[in-house]
Amino acid sequence: MAFKSEELAKAYWRDNISLVLKLLAVWFIVSYGFGILLVDVLNQFTFFGFKLGFWFAQQGSIITFVILIFVYVKRMAALDNKYEVHEE
Amino acid sequence: MDIQTLTFIIVGLTFALYIAIAIWSRAGSTSDFYVASGGVHPVMNGMATAADWMSAASFISMAGIIAFAGYDGSVYLMGWTGGYVLLALCLAPYLRKFGKFTVPDFIGDRYYSQTARTIAVICAILISFTYIAGQMRGVGVVFSRFLEVDIATGVFIGAVIVFFYTVLGGMKGITYTQVAQYCVLAFAYLVPAIFISFQMTGHILPQTGFGATIADGVAGEGQYLLARLDGLSEELGLAAYTSGIKSKIDVFAITCALMVGTAGLPHVIVRFFTVPKVSDARLSAGWALVFISVVYLTAPSIAGFAKVNLINTVNGPDLQGVEYEAAPDWVKNWEKTGLIKWEDENGDGKMFYSGDERNEMTVDRDIMVLANPEIADLPAWVVALVAAGGVAAALSTSAGLLLVISTSVSHDLLKRTLTPNITDKQELMWARVAAAIAIALSTWFGINPPGFVAQVVAFAFGLAAASFFPAIILGIFYKRMNSTGAIAGMLVGIIFTLAYIIYFKFVNPAANVADNWLFGISPEGIGTVGMVLNFIVAYVVHKLTGDAPQDTQDLVESIRYPRGAGGATGH
Repeated sequence: MAFKSEELAKAYWRDNISLVLKLLAVWFIVSYGFGILLVDVLNQFTFFGFKLGFWFAQQGSIITFVILIFVYVKRMAALDNKYEVHEE
Repeated sequence: MDIQTLTFIIVGLTFALYIAIAIWSRAGSTSDFYVASGGVHPVMNGMATAADWMSAASFISMAGIIAFAGYDGSVYLMGWTGGYVLLALCLAPYLRKFGKFTVPDFIGDRYYSQTARTIAVICAILISFTYIAGQMRGVGVVFSRFLEVDIATGVFIGAVIVFFYTVLGGMKGITYTQVAQYCVLAFAYLVPAIFISFQMTGHILPQTGFGATIADGVAGEGQYLLARLDGLSEELGLAAYTSGIKSKIDVFAITCALMVGTAGLPHVIVRFFTVPKVSDARLSAGWALVFISVVYLTAPSIAGFAKVNLINTVNGPDLQGVEYEAAPDWVKNWEKTGLIKWEDENGDGKMFYSGDERNEMTVDRDIMVLANPEIADLPAWVVALVAAGGVAAALSTSAGLLLVISTSVSHDLLKRTLTPNITDKQELMWARVAAAIAIALSTWFGINPPGFVAQVVAFAFGLAAASFFPAIILGIFYKRMNSTGAIAGMLVGIIFTLAYIIYFKFVNPAANVADNWLFGISPEGIGTVGMVLNFIVAYVVHKLTGDAPQDTQDLVESIRYPRGAGGATGH
């Protein structure tokens, strides 16, 4: 057991899951939400010559995905350090 | 110099480069030949992963499909990138900590069951095989054009080259070769896009040019490119470019199947077993997506430009049709491959492309990226460069897939399950036999395709989504999940998905219309339903049969934090 106590192990996993769920919520809203389900609504707006919903489906969602992974990398590194389970 | 000679030279040069790198890096590090990525920076590993990942489907076929499907093509863009978020957040770090060799190894150990391992092996073979069939067609398209032979001969030549490259050469595992392949394919993808964007809109960046107004001197000048596309589509009886015709539920299901499938593809997951640390597994996924995005953010622009250019060339700026006699060379060159056909239905000697009865052209979607530089009248070296890029994309992916197939058969299936007593030499022989059979079968499917490259490949993702993804996710996040539940889930998921695809694509293709589909979901998207079924069946069966044993639950606990991960495993 790398953790000092059972409680810390649980807390680490809880924080981890909560971070992942938050990021996946953004992931879902941008791609499935803006790019698919709400595409007709957003297409009423124009964004640099694109219909907004179409832009999210073909460019915006991909850019968001990249940002999400790097946010995850950074936040998880902080979490690993906080609970002292980072790699030596 | 003509295009054909230039193509030979440039494709030959890139081959020489890959072989040179292979020899150089081999001499430098014989001992860690198979764990080359163990000492490689996450940025490099990300680049190699991107090359491994971006196949002929991404390179050759995707922009072409988007050009014809417009908004509906977004499923490939979002699906094949969004999966990396799942991979980075839910799979890669934990599988890296687990630290075994293949996906069937994880399934077999986590579910303490030889049966689970065998089912996972069969799924891995099925998935990789479906995927590689798509690659063969992609390679075939490249060779048929540049050797000016028909598509069947092109596929055959491609298959022979892939066979020598992977089975005898054994170049897989050398990360730097794939780094070089990424550079070639990204460069080959971007150069024509930048040229064309500048020609048509005056923007250097294709990504912004796509949303810009058309430059002076080009048909439709002053209009927004996308507005022009929508206008042309309406005039010619095609579906509007920015809205599409697929139902919302189908778009949703296909995107989901592709995303989840990405996260479940054995040859992609394997890459994250080889990085030095758990934190590097997360970072590598991020860098891989950065490099993939370079191509994926360019693809929709290429699609848009290509569509406008195609219509301008075939129908003329005044949309009256262009005399066949005056047709540019690329039309005639591609006609030789059988991938463009013109039938003068009204006998006026003019070509005309449309979505209604006026149409006289059959244009294969797979040629758009390759033909694009010719359509835009770019220099011959650009045309040749694109061919080299297509070959790089197909080779790097085929190599990874063949490795999965051959190790699955020889190592997971024969050595660890059926005939544990075979010698290393026999194991190696079986690996080569398996790869050869896989190439032969996929060559046949490459010549007789049930769909275009990207569509064939999409089935592989559906199968991965319906089989591996739930078993791996439950294995990590639900420690009480037992073997009976996981096995039942995988079986139901893959059998259901496979049966649906086979029925609509092979048994009864005539019935393949939205009215007959389950919930209106096409065979491309059915993997999503298979995945949901897999989760439900696994959970219900688990509830009826009790929790996993304590030592398995402890194993799952231990993969949930990074500390204590061992060194990188072989690849």
